[in-house]
Amino acid sequence: MIKDLVNAASAWIVPLLILGIPLYAYAVKRVRVYESFIEGAKEGFEIGVRIIPYLVAILVAIGMFRASGAMDWLVWILRPAVAWAGFPAEALPSSIMRSLSGSAAFAMSSDIFKLHGPDSFVGRLVSVIQGSTETTFYIMAVYFGSIAVRKTRYTLAASLITDLSGIVAAYIICRLLF
Amino acid sequence: MNIVWLLLVGLAVVTAIFKGTMAEVSNATFSAAGTAVQLAIGLVGGMTLFLGLMRVAHDAGLVQLLARALRPLFRVLFPDVPKDHPALGAIAMNFGANILGLGDAATPMGLKAMQELQSLNEDKESASDAMCMFVALHSSSLQLIPVMVISLRAAAGSQNPSAIIVPTIGATLASMAVAIVASKTLARWQRRRPSGERS
Repeated sequence: MIKDLVNAASAWIVPLLILGIPLYAYAVKRVRVYESFIEGAKEGFEIGVRIIPYLVAILVAIGMFRASGAMDWLVWILRPAVAWAGFPAEALPSSIMRSLSGSAAFAMSSDIFKLHGPDSFVGRLVSVIQGSTETTFYIMAVYFGSIAVRKTRYTLAASLITDLSGIVAAYIICRLLF
Repeated sequence: MNIVWLLLVGLAVVTAIFKGTMAEVSNATFSAAGTAVQLAIGLVGGMTLFLGLMRVAHDAGLVQLLARALRPLFRVLFPDVPKDHPALGAIAMNFGANILGLGDAATPMGLKAMQELQSLNEDKESASDAMCMFVALHSSSLQLIPVMVISLRAAAGSQNPSAIIVPTIGATLASMAVAIVASKTLARWQRRRPSGERS
């Protein structure tokens, strides 16, 4: 039910915005909407091209990391600490992967759903983690790439702390609720 | 970022030596580079559309209205940004789109926000505190209803795909709070030297 509602709302939002904003602008504020739109849209392509080097740099590094199988080692190293906290080891790879690659993390979550069921504790935990963390490396590459900022200072540290806190919060909440 | 990049590549090559996966790693470099360009080009269409739409909203004063509504929040998050600066309007639009789960619309507005923040930035090569805060907040996945996850669960045959909505909102809010505290704390530790002192 909620899912249908959400899906319906998602389908309506964009068309309504595309109609509503220019309509209000034209009718109430007397904005030359067409000219205004073109003026703003001009930069779209340029920004897309500007982020290419940043995106290539980070995605190649992540692609190599994934292909090498280094993730297995990382999981192996982290497993004892995580097991001590009671966090299911099955949920570890997809949680780490979430910061690196959204599509890979979703594929791994799908595998967990198949293996343990989406309504199992692990399945739910993985769902909440995927929903409350972000593809940090991609966001950083795109956002800073678009303005050619190379020194990102403490952004990565703050972002990774945020991702980690999302995982921890997801675990605590799932333990309390499920 | 330098260290992380080298660490990812270094770990990959070392692991590949031990596991004998060098061919896979080699193939991954070219396919990832291609994917990166595809992603960037793929962004162009949506970006052009929403940058245009946002300009219309801006000319109609709607963006400024949204920014004004969020002013108390922004004063805490981005104290360095003047209160009527267009950056805050773009940030407000980006947050709004993210919360609604309109990823395609959120990115162009986010990039617009970065551009506006860059106009306030003294050292164009390095990130300002406002930029760090803005980007770090994204890591908490501002999106309230995780539509992708719900459809993934439904596809896997879940009895109750949306059971995770409330816990997800909770975890998102918690990590959002952490993002704010972490950015503020790190900003204090790593105060940027005035450009004159840079060696």
